[in-house]
Amino acid sequence: MKTEHVITSRRTLITGLAATGGVLLAGCSESQPPTYGNVLRMADNLTYRAQRLLLPRNTLAKEYARRDITSILAIGTTNPGDPHEDLYDAAGGAAYERLRSGAFADWRLTIDGSVARPGSYSLNDLKRFPVRTQITKHTCEEGWSAIAEWTGVPLRRVLEAAGIRPGARFVNFYAFDATVDSIDMSDALHPQTLLAYGMNGRDLPIAHGAPLRLRVERQLGYKSVKFLHRIQVTDEFYDPGKLGPLQQGWAWYVGI
Amino acid sequence: MWSSQGDLPQGLERPRAGESNADAASELDFRLASKKGDRRVVEVSVSSQKLAPTSAGAGAGHARWIRVTHWIIAASVLTLAVSGFTILMAHPRLYWGAVGNDLTPALIELPISRNYRHGGWKVGTPSFPAGAPAASVIRTYDILNENSWARSLHFLAAWFLVVTGLTYLAAGITSGHLRRDLLPRHGELSARGLRDDLSAHFGLHVPAAPGGPPYGLLQKCSYCGVVFLGLPLMVLTGLAMSPAITAAYPFLSGMFGGTQSARTIHFCVFVALILFVIIHLAMVSLSGFKRQMRAMTLGKPT
Repeated sequence: MKTEHVITSRRTLITGLAATGGVLLAGCSESQPPTYGNVLRMADNLTYRAQRLLLPRNTLAKEYARRDITSILAIGTTNPGDPHEDLYDAAGGAAYERLRSGAFADWRLTIDGSVARPGSYSLNDLKRFPVRTQITKHTCEEGWSAIAEWTGVPLRRVLEAAGIRPGARFVNFYAFDATVDSIDMSDALHPQTLLAYGMNGRDLPIAHGAPLRLRVERQLGYKSVKFLHRIQVTDEFYDPGKLGPLQQGWAWYVGI
Repeated sequence: MWSSQGDLPQGLERPRAGESNADAASELDFRLASKKGDRRVVEVSVSSQKLAPTSAGAGAGHARWIRVTHWIIAASVLTLAVSGFTILMAHPRLYWGAVGNDLTPALIELPISRNYRHGGWKVGTPSFPAGAPAASVIRTYDILNENSWARSLHFLAAWFLVVTGLTYLAAGITSGHLRRDLLPRHGELSARGLRDDLSAHFGLHVPAAPGGPPYGLLQKCSYCGVVFLGLPLMVLTGLAMSPAITAAYPFLSGMFGGTQSARTIHFCVFVALILFVIIHLAMVSLSGFKRQMRAMTLGKPT
């Protein structure tokens, strides 16, 4: 009896250790943005890790009243069809010009990658999802900020409609200019993370990302990618290369 | 330790108020250490058992943990100052309240980069209903922006500052360093004491310092100001600018009157800390640079 008991305990112990090890290993193998041996990127990842560990998951960014809406400026790419833009992409720019001349009636948002039902959505398809309107603060890395009203569909709704696969960890956003950027699932599933097609009660203006832009309210403004045409869910971190913000020297996670 | 009173040799400390009974006075150990030009170099040490000095002997310098944390924090502050100034150059306008941008009135505009009042705008597609007071513009000016590395470097240095700062505070409390060396003693902080010490400083009556505690009254006040007020305010106003942290803890920006107010306070405290560093370096030089540097590096002032 006693021996059996010991064995049972040992088995429990081994099972427990194996389970703990599995959890730890899973934790270790979790993809992070690459650092390329750069000490600044290591500090960025430390901040990311610390904030994901210490901050509550789903608290909302402050929302304001209509009267709090302020003036706002458009920076970065303000027209993907303009070849003079820093991040002009010839193919994307030409496609954008064509779609824009048709008032974006033929525009579609592609959703692919680690989802059960890849597909594409027109603006009207997206507008049939439950609508969320939020008046939030846009914080620019330069130091200024502005309050605006954003109308759209929570990204979570669209991702759930497409069926997020269990291994999915990042969501990548492709714009009509050369911009490709990503956020993790924690931000992607946050209730205020929006695919916005409206701003301050009107259609989203060209300079602010028409026909569809992202809103990530718990990070700096440059994560709210404008001029979207494709969303890709991935299990691993995807580095878009030399033109991507990361290799341009910008921190990937900027909840700071 | 600064004294402008006549009856003790300059540089010698009189027994402090509250310790002026015979026992306390007898615990003050005045020792003539050496002669340096015509200025007498005097070491003073308080060797009271109750106060438990870090090590025996006068002018023992600084404990190792103080030297290590001092230099890590000094390097962090220097890095934070350079990277912070670079970040400010990208948008040299300061505001009060929750938000502020080029289209809203500024509290302070700093002519520190080509972005100062650049005015490179064109009117964009209206994003507001007709007649709304708010405006939307497109920036046409190619601004100076080195924030990619400056921001990441700023937060790297901030990690070092916060971790080392907390270590310093924990060690300072448990070792008694904060209470013994930094906080003014009971009765020491008086209007007269401050006035006397101030006039001694302005008269540049700078005696050679012992290279470590005990510190003069103004010295204690400025160190306490940096340790308990300046650096904690920098960390708090810094956190109050973070969109993720303020989403979780809105009171952080609320207590400063908004994120842009926190940014303005962050800048004002930066200016105060830079002034401290300048005066600190001047005092280190005036009170015997070599000796002070030895005390803060090797630990022994002589």
